[in-house]
Amino acid sequence: MSAPHVAIVVFPGTWSERDFAHVAGLLGWEARLVWHAETELGDVDAVVLPGGFAHGDHLRTGAIARFSPVMAAVEAFALGGGPVIGSCNGFQILCEAGLLPGALLRNDHLEFRCDWQTLRVESPASCRAWLGDLTNGELVSLPISHGEGRYYADDATLDELEAEGRVVLRYADRDGLVTDGANPNGSLRGVAGITNAGGNVLGLMPHPERAAEEEVGGTDGLRIFRSLEAWLGRVPVMAERRL
Amino acid sequence: MVLAAGADIGLVRWIAEVHVQLRPGIADPEGQTIAGGLRSLGFSTVTAVRHGKLLRVAFEAQDPGHATREVEAMCRRLLANPVMETATWELRADDEPSDESRLA
Repeated sequence: MSAPHVAIVVFPGTWSERDFAHVAGLLGWEARLVWHAETELGDVDAVVLPGGFAHGDHLRTGAIARFSPVMAAVEAFALGGGPVIGSCNGFQILCEAGLLPGALLRNDHLEFRCDWQTLRVESPASCRAWLGDLTNGELVSLPISHGEGRYYADDATLDELEAEGRVVLRYADRDGLVTDGANPNGSLRGVAGITNAGGNVLGLMPHPERAAEEEVGGTDGLRIFRSLEAWLGRVPVMAERRL
Repeated sequence: MVLAAGADIGLVRWIAEVHVQLRPGIADPEGQTIAGGLRSLGFSTVTAVRHGKLLRVAFEAQDPGHATREVEAMCRRLLANPVMETATWELRADDEPSDESRLA
């Protein structure tokens, strides 16, 4: 398999695109930064919506970004089964765009929270493209960095997500327990990451790209990147997309 | 031909005051903080504050029906996210438009 080709979307106010590109470079991937005003993603295997404050997050997080010209291509790519990851502001944009259910609200304590966070992996088989190399119930540590990460969806939606194994990351304490004390933002049911029905779109508040080298404090984030590599290698249709 | 804004096709000016609020039952920590602030100032009877946004939209439309449809579409497409918000509005003719409400 040749190196994965990824498009990293950059909105005015995005701030994590170069961290994603840096990690892609470490792995030998081909990464292209795609300005939000572009209408084509190019011939790519996966799409990244990084963190930041797209369009200043005015009105609501992600509310303006979802109408950026590039989003039509992102939506088409996602609906075609292409792997899409939205981290932090990217997760907020995916929710506004309707590619994932629910919304992200102001943290319950009203503070911006920047810290390492323990997460419990659940049902990784529901999202093999991004979590295929992780195991059910394991704990990983990733940085969080947000003021508006309180996941909200109505009870029926939360029930459906849980029944379908689409809640794939929850905030947990070091023993793996999902408690109010371990929840950094008041997310309902401790939700930190979800996937779509197709299992190809992952939205998560934490930042895997900030945990890819020992010198920054941890490498658990690399496993999400490695999962994509493995998945692309195992799925010939996706690997042939760029041929 | 490009029409000058308004006059030639019978458009009149309107103001919509759109109120966007979190749906009932969704925790509103900003509102709770404001309520606490009021109580600490001695307004001891304050039991709750729900905070929200007021958006004053100046626009042009042919008649009240057209203006209402326009505001509904604005709310649906952008101004409120129905997942967690509700939008209500008041519509009035803009008889004395300020400079900022005129179309550029």
